Amino acid sequence: MGSLQLLPPTASSHAADMDWLFAALLGVSAFILLLVFGLMILFCVRYRKGSRVERGNRLGRTWRVEVAWTGLTFAAFLVLYFWGAELYVRIHSPPAEATDIYVVGKQWMWKIEHPGGQREIDALHVPVGKPVRLVLTSQDVIHDFAIPAFRIRQDAVPGRYETLWFTPTEVGEYRLFCAEFCGTLHARMGGTVVVMEPSDFQRWLDSQDPGPSLAQEGEALFRSYGCSGCHGGTSTVHAPKLEGLFGRPVPLEGGRSVIADDRYIRTSILMPKAEIAAGYPPVMPSFAGQIGEDDLLKLVAYIKSLADRTAANSQAESMERPAQ
Amino acid sequence: MMSATVTGKPEEPIVATKNYLTEEGITLRSWLLTRDHKRIAILYTLSLTFFFFVGGAAATLIRLNLVTPSGIFTPDIYNRLFTLHGIVMVWFFLIPSIPNTMGNFLIPLMIGAKDLAFPRLNLLSWYLYVGAGLLALFAIVIGGVDTGWTFYTPFSSLYSNGYVVLALAAVFAVGFSSILTGLNFIVTTHRMRAPGMTWYRLPVFVWSNYATSIIMVLATPVLAITLLLVAVERLLRVGIFDPALGGDPLLFQHLFWFYSHPAVYIMILPGFGVISEIVPCFARKPLFGYKFVVWSSIAISVIGFFVWAHHMFVAGISLYAGLVFSLLSYVIAVPSAIKVFNWTATLHKGWISFDAPMLYALGFIGLFTIGGLTGLFVANLAFDVHVTDSYFVVAHFHYIMVGGMVSAYFGGLHYWWPKVTGRLYPEWWARIAALLIFFGFNLTFFPQFILGYLGMERRYYAYPPEFQAWNIFSSAGASVLAVGYALPFFYLGWSLFRGKRAGANPWAATGLEWQTPSPPPTHNFDRTPTVTRPPYQYRPEPEPQDV
Repeated sequence: MGSLQLLPPTASSHAADMDWLFAALLGVSAFILLLVFGLMILFCVRYRKGSRVERGNRLGRTWRVEVAWTGLTFAAFLVLYFWGAELYVRIHSPPAEATDIYVVGKQWMWKIEHPGGQREIDALHVPVGKPVRLVLTSQDVIHDFAIPAFRIRQDAVPGRYETLWFTPTEVGEYRLFCAEFCGTLHARMGGTVVVMEPSDFQRWLDSQDPGPSLAQEGEALFRSYGCSGCHGGTSTVHAPKLEGLFGRPVPLEGGRSVIADDRYIRTSILMPKAEIAAGYPPVMPSFAGQIGEDDLLKLVAYIKSLADRTAANSQAESMERPAQ
Repeated sequence: MMSATVTGKPEEPIVATKNYLTEEGITLRSWLLTRDHKRIAILYTLSLTFFFFVGGAAATLIRLNLVTPSGIFTPDIYNRLFTLHGIVMVWFFLIPSIPNTMGNFLIPLMIGAKDLAFPRLNLLSWYLYVGAGLLALFAIVIGGVDTGWTFYTPFSSLYSNGYVVLALAAVFAVGFSSILTGLNFIVTTHRMRAPGMTWYRLPVFVWSNYATSIIMVLATPVLAITLLLVAVERLLRVGIFDPALGGDPLLFQHLFWFYSHPAVYIMILPGFGVISEIVPCFARKPLFGYKFVVWSSIAISVIGFFVWAHHMFVAGISLYAGLVFSLLSYVIAVPSAIKVFNWTATLHKGWISFDAPMLYALGFIGLFTIGGLTGLFVANLAFDVHVTDSYFVVAHFHYIMVGGMVSAYFGGLHYWWPKVTGRLYPEWWARIAALLIFFGFNLTFFPQFILGYLGMERRYYAYPPEFQAWNIFSSAGASVLAVGYALPFFYLGWSLFRGKRAGANPWAATGLEWQTPSPPPTHNFDRTPTVTRPPYQYRPEPEPQDV
């Protein structure tokens, strides 16, 4: 039987902030609770039937009192709201230098892929002090990736990419759970997060059989699915160039524009007619049902790897290599 | 019929020989075909009690399973147990509880009417309820459902291997029962008030059932459509919610919570009504801020429609949507807070007595306040990221729905028991039960807040060993709670035969329902009453030493 633990371990940059927010919420609640319970108990004792206390001069008009306590309550609530909203926005604004780690939920395991191609199941190794951005999706039903010691969780929804980030602050091993009911073995769908010193983490990465990186695999898929036929450097088809695309705004037909992020790339592969880049004919076929989540992740990783290239040097590169 | 027990007291009231229990006859047929709102309320009470014990038995098994980290049942049995518990408790107990039993019985009496506006519709609503309940139990008996009461897609629509469509049909049908009851209450409140019963003379109980009915009528159809769509996807493989078929899994959650968040207020608003009747009566004082209490009910029923997405802060809604829905959730906490303040202020300078209904009411205020305050935690965007889907949320909504709502139900049951049955229950036992429920409840659910913050997720048949200590506390509390909930079943049953005769108005209360004999005659009042005063015109009883 475990001891009576009161707080989970505190192991990420968000954890301390969350504990402060918790303390503030507890403080406000304790104040209201003591006020209400205190008055209730006081009145119940003092004004119990048969007690001989002065009961004259009852409050007749009540609206001033009502307006006062309504206003005060609302003001206190607003402070809590802004506090929580600010932290929520921070949890969803990853720093630019964050490493992307891809997480795919599946009944009943977590499949995790590092950018270098290292894969793990039900375990996540991360270096201490380095920001990590998780990109989550699911292959079947909705799962939820929760790490209590980091005070974070996010649903992994089939058909969508959701992101979340953290910076681990303490070396150690922490529990990882699935928090959204996902079927028979929901309770067993968990694992361990291992936070390591950066040098140990590097050694761990090297010891894994990396295979090709996600982006390299993506490049091969890019050709085998025929994407390069239109989007490749030498293509004659009028298709948007993908070099230098990732992370930049894309003007769409109809005047809107979106940032070319994981979600946009994924949507464009599966539903090319949903968000058409301005100036290009909507001729791309949909790949929905043909590409699995694993391969999609690799394609996105490849397109992401083109972010820093320009169309010109990519063209030069593809001229050097014999076409496959 | 039992002969009246001899008490030797000369003031033993004489019972009217003709009342709603005897006038139509006591055959099964006379009950099953009755159109009397009071008899239908009794039918509801009996069937609700049955479902309460079914849901409670499942809860007991769930807590038994969680005593050890590895669990006792197989995962499938456990998943079916919590689904059974959720479906039965939410749809066949909590939502219909107060409106269909006390609301049915009391609304016509409280407004001075002979019956509800549509008596036959009322009976149909009961048949729908019972039929749906039996269908749900049938689905359990032939194999069970493992989706949880929320039926999240695409699990429920394509992956679950339980009898999902049967369960969906049951919930679909009980929804219509709810809509019919709501319609009946709205029309009755508008059209059938006695002369002089203006809107601001309505008891808060009627107001809160009116507000509840608005939600029932407007929100329940959305639930019906949503469940129908899940069944269509499951049976015909049409892509609505599953992205593999071209659907959107979040669409289900938006639709589902658009009903199910307001449904929380269907559960709790009638409870507010009950407490607003009991507190003034036992404090011998008018309700503090009557109009504020009334309008806070209406505000809750309106704002309740705008907070659904606060169930989805980690589900992948946009940052902007999160910011808006969190703010609205804080807004809706204000009218609830107003009520707690008003009940507390009603106690000020009163002549408070602590009969069983009052103990339940005070317990309600305590548990509801804790449930409401922890609502501020889960409505908080960042905090929700850490605790949603954990036992923190489980504890929070049990404080509101079980601690609050069920306490209010028991409070109302005790308060109006003499009116309904003409008998008094043994006061000492009733007080013991009220205290047991309060302490058992806190012991069961308070540890779950801590478990949730530590990271224990909901719907786990097995959990890491470090969580065991708090789970043992929780399960121990559940056994105290079970005794507390079972006690009234025995002493109230006993009182039906041996209880003292109650008289028309044992609490010296002011509502119209107390001005007719107990039990009331079939047509409620011999002569339609005329109302000349606002509600809750309580005067202090003369102090013994002043006499």
